Amino acid sequence: MSRSLLSIEELGTAGVQRILDLADTMAEVNRRPNPKVPALRGKTVCSVFFEDSTRTRLSFETAAKRLSADTMTFAVSQSSLNKGESLRDTIETIAAMGVDAFVIRHKSTGAPWLVDGWTNAAVINAGDGWHSHPTQGLLDTYTVRTALNRPDGFDGLRVAIVGDIKHSRVARSTTAAFTALGADVTWVAPRTLLPPVVHEHVENDIDAVLDRDGGVDVLYMLRMQQERMNEALVPNLREYTARFGLTPERAARLAPHTLVMHPGPMNRGVEVAVDPAELPGALITQQVTNGIAVRMAVLFDLLSAESPEQSLTEGPTT
Amino acid sequence: MADKRVLTPDDVRRATTRMAHEIIERNQGLDGVVLIGIQTGGVWLADALGSEIARIGESIHVGSIDASLYRDDIGLRPVSPAAVSDVGGDVDGATIVLVDDVLFTGRTVRAALDALGDYGRPKAVQLAVLVDRGHRELPIRPDYVGKNLPTSGDETVTVTVDGVVIS
Repeated sequence: MSRSLLSIEELGTAGVQRILDLADTMAEVNRRPNPKVPALRGKTVCSVFFEDSTRTRLSFETAAKRLSADTMTFAVSQSSLNKGESLRDTIETIAAMGVDAFVIRHKSTGAPWLVDGWTNAAVINAGDGWHSHPTQGLLDTYTVRTALNRPDGFDGLRVAIVGDIKHSRVARSTTAAFTALGADVTWVAPRTLLPPVVHEHVENDIDAVLDRDGGVDVLYMLRMQQERMNEALVPNLREYTARFGLTPERAARLAPHTLVMHPGPMNRGVEVAVDPAELPGALITQQVTNGIAVRMAVLFDLLSAESPEQSLTEGPTT
Repeated sequence: MADKRVLTPDDVRRATTRMAHEIIERNQGLDGVVLIGIQTGGVWLADALGSEIARIGESIHVGSIDASLYRDDIGLRPVSPAAVSDVGGDVDGATIVLVDDVLFTGRTVRAALDALGDYGRPKAVQLAVLVDRGHRELPIRPDYVGKNLPTSGDETVTVTVDGVVIS
């Protein structure tokens, strides 16, 4: 049975650290004129996205190709799912073609766990419902780790995640990853956009967080999902921007050391009402770049694992 | 099996000094010569050779390379990169001396040669090892050898700055 990456919680602190260490090696590969290594030759990675995605799907495909794996993309809209084939039959059919890893995004919480139970291939959760998006948490922590040069952890680092926490799998996985490495994560959101779970540090006022002694080290703005307007969870977007957005006035008050992050896609003028290119601490482009290295690390970690049926039992090789 | 010390720290130091001289002699100087240690065992040796060469002649660049992602046994045994490669400078046209502690099957050197090729086209690549223990599985031979050490395939050779031990 292959290993899988389903959530940060299951990966654990040691696992997070292992992936981030490996990502340093992959980032070096990406800096070369020819950013490709033969490590996963002969492996096949299939992405199965039941929800729209630009950066995550492209990032995984680029990562797989840079490790010399073959890639397949399962286009849900053109598939036999439309003829009534079940998810399970679809997965088992693709698996029968010889797939070593599935990268799956699904609107239903827990779908990747189901898939993991149906196949011997590795399963990577690329987002399930409001639940989990582990590679986002990994690339966010990797980005801060490289920006601050803190490979040993984030003890005492103050992170504020602002916005629609309730519907955000990014918030959940990124909180878990920062917390695993020792950071203090504060959730900042209107009460209507907070999930019904207990979190130690919660604020309803972004200014209180920004004006704290020393400010925050990382200000993480979430995407305001427009569809939430229909649910009347916030009165209107302008009020949301005024109360929780990164406005020019708030940007001017940021402490000089504050790093600004956003998972994308960004609603300009809503959660971020300044040009991020003008913020000295903005890491938004680095997040996208680092996403490739981190996903290469994840793919290599899962697919280079010793497969029992092929295991060699000889001494050291030098 | 009892541990057998085959090289003392002094032996290691003398072998390193001799290899440093050989590298300079063979290349008729140090023009364009770069030392690259193979992670992990070759790194300290490359540093030691670099210090010796600096003492005798002039200071040259010492880098390191991790060949894990080029190994032919990924998936057959646990393979994980130990450190970020730093070949430093321009590989194109350089004379690269790859450095490792023990030469055994030659598969690590094969992987390192492939890795090196992704950084550029060196003028030449040479191989320096402290111990050649035989049992080659590929057509690879060293240019500089600290000590030829006949071993059986199931023995372990441990090399540190404190000497060489067979167990």
